[in-house]
Amino acid sequence: MDYHFNFTIVWRHAWRLWWGLGLSLQIAAASLGLGMLIGIALAVAYTDGGRVTRTAIAGYVEFIRNTPLLLLIYLVFYGIPSIGGFAYDATTSFIFTLAFYAGAQLVEVFRAGLDAVPPGVVDAGRAIGLTPYRNLIYVRLPTAFRISLPALSNAYVSLFKDTALGSVIAVPELTHGAQWINFNTFRILEVYALLTPIYLLTGWIILAALRLLERRYAIVRAM
Amino acid sequence: MIDAMIYALPFLWDGFLITLAVSGIVVAASLALGLVFGVILAFGPVWIGLPIRVFADTVRAIPLIVLIFTVYYGLPALQVPLSPFWAAVAALAAFKTGHVIEIVRGAITSIHPGQMEAAKSIGLTFLERLVYVVFPQAVRCFLPPWINSVTDSVKGSALVSLVGVVDLMMAIQQVIGRTYQPMPLYILGAMIYIAVNAALSVASRRLEARFAATVAT
Amino acid sequence: MTAGRDAAPVLSVRGLIKRFGTTTVLDGVDLDVARGEVLVVIGASGSGKTTLLRCVNALVPYDAGSITLEGTEIGYTAPNSGVRRGDRALARLRADIGMVFQMFNLFPHLTARQNVALGLRVTRGMPRREAEARAEHWLARVGLADKMDNLPSALSGGQQQRVGIARAVAMEPKLLLLDEITSALDPELVGEVLDVVRGLARDGMTMLMVTHEMGFARDAGHRVVFMDAGRIAEEGPPREVLGHPRSERLRRFLRRIELRTE
Repeated sequence: MDYHFNFTIVWRHAWRLWWGLGLSLQIAAASLGLGMLIGIALAVAYTDGGRVTRTAIAGYVEFIRNTPLLLLIYLVFYGIPSIGGFAYDATTSFIFTLAFYAGAQLVEVFRAGLDAVPPGVVDAGRAIGLTPYRNLIYVRLPTAFRISLPALSNAYVSLFKDTALGSVIAVPELTHGAQWINFNTFRILEVYALLTPIYLLTGWIILAALRLLERRYAIVRAM
Repeated sequence: MIDAMIYALPFLWDGFLITLAVSGIVVAASLALGLVFGVILAFGPVWIGLPIRVFADTVRAIPLIVLIFTVYYGLPALQVPLSPFWAAVAALAAFKTGHVIEIVRGAITSIHPGQMEAAKSIGLTFLERLVYVVFPQAVRCFLPPWINSVTDSVKGSALVSLVGVVDLMMAIQQVIGRTYQPMPLYILGAMIYIAVNAALSVASRRLEARFAATVAT
Repeated sequence: MTAGRDAAPVLSVRGLIKRFGTTTVLDGVDLDVARGEVLVVIGASGSGKTTLLRCVNALVPYDAGSITLEGTEIGYTAPNSGVRRGDRALARLRADIGMVFQMFNLFPHLTARQNVALGLRVTRGMPRREAEARAEHWLARVGLADKMDNLPSALSGGQQQRVGIARAVAMEPKLLLLDEITSALDPELVGEVLDVVRGLARDGMTMLMVTHEMGFARDAGHRVVFMDAGRIAEEGPPREVLGHPRSERLRRFLRRIELRTE
């Protein structure tokens, strides 16, 4: 093995990695937020809706689930503007893609969460005179949300990993930063020797932190 | 829109075959490797299980695209010549192997330890215990997550286009480069991927039904 | 009854010691089982009875001592050598020792017939037809001629345990180990299982049996061993050990068992 490791050049450009890491975390957070809105809305629509609504939602979920994320990224960034006659920047487009992607998974999560709300709790809401809408807002959703917390933590870590694909449309996130250094310094192994532990460590830390949060907000199980 | 799709279809055929080849090789290789390492992880001593554990956890915790780039750019830097096709396939297979290891271990540990003891008591050797007692029971827990991971492999294979392999995804990009009509081509591409996965899910449902029928507990 | 038996014991245990971490579960056990003998082991839970059986079938390693089956050392290449036998050698030895488990441990993916035939086919290398014929013979012996094609999930606990017995004896073992085989059964199903064991005893099967069924121990056992804290505390003919217990521990144990069965 004739390769000589030289980290000094890489360190000079390392700010691209830290900056990219920050952007990756923000993109993951923004798309999780939007994805949750999609997920909650569709889960409620699915649970309380009729057959047409259900079929449409199932179609959306199946479409996203069976299409490569890479293709979805291209479709949203290149495809949609080409027929819509508008343009948006790569990061915005990427966040929307991930949001739709996450939304399809979170529909299932929240649907399971809504189903898991004990019927007695819903009855109790009715008994204190809540309208169905208020019962949803004040009782069913908050309960379902807390039931879904562990799945949301996993979704965030998973989205954080997925942000790496933003590099294909030049979103300046973590992997894109690494590639920039790769192409401009040719210190290939050093870059990836840094990139891999960054993903590993960040993933572990986020998950550990979120598990702590979950414990604080988890419903005390009295059953 | 339909015209653009029909025009494109013949140009996508070779790429489609590459996508099937990549997925097929990755699924087969990861199944074989994952089974061996998963069994070692479930039954072997700690010192051998630990590196397997670390490998499985690591490849599952980093983005697939990073893994592919690492292998694709990294191995040539170490003077290991590898074509883009095999570099990408190796990375995908390593990634999938990590998942299969976890699925195999989970399926095996779901079996009651008494089964292993009963199999020992009638004089079966380790391999015989696996073949006649452990695997037939573990397959039921193994199949659903594994079938999911096969779908993931088909989708993940699109990433080989990023290192220049002309698979279905790349073929779509190439046609768009000529026609400047991205939307119909992306929709067509999505439909092809969905069709492949739908075929897989029909096949897998049959498979699951067969194994569910043999074990009624 | 002793007159008809060979002088050399089928099973011979000497100075057996087994520890789990810092607790000593078996603390120097000496035991012989003669050919055709039904030896019943009794004792409170935690006294080491089950561990003794598991050591005899080499399901768990042990720390010191010797276990021989017709003169062949089990588990290790030589007494106290610390060198565990290889997988294949262990398998061959275990094939000659049948074991019936408390929780039956039938293979849930195989029918009753397949459960019994599996060892015959794989371990004994019998052709399928011959193995299944032998399986059917034994299933008929335990009264399950009409349940051959049932999966374990479609059998009652008593029926499952009878399949478990058939699976063990079909291998024609030199020694049969029975580990609290009726403890997991509803009381009304205990009789049918014990009847099968009685029949085996009449046919001269050598058995080492852990049980809480004192009535059975009295009228079907040839000898009773009382284990306490990993040692053999008392042994002798059932009438003597159960009828005239020497130690306070055994007296107390027997009283507890009687209270429970009433």
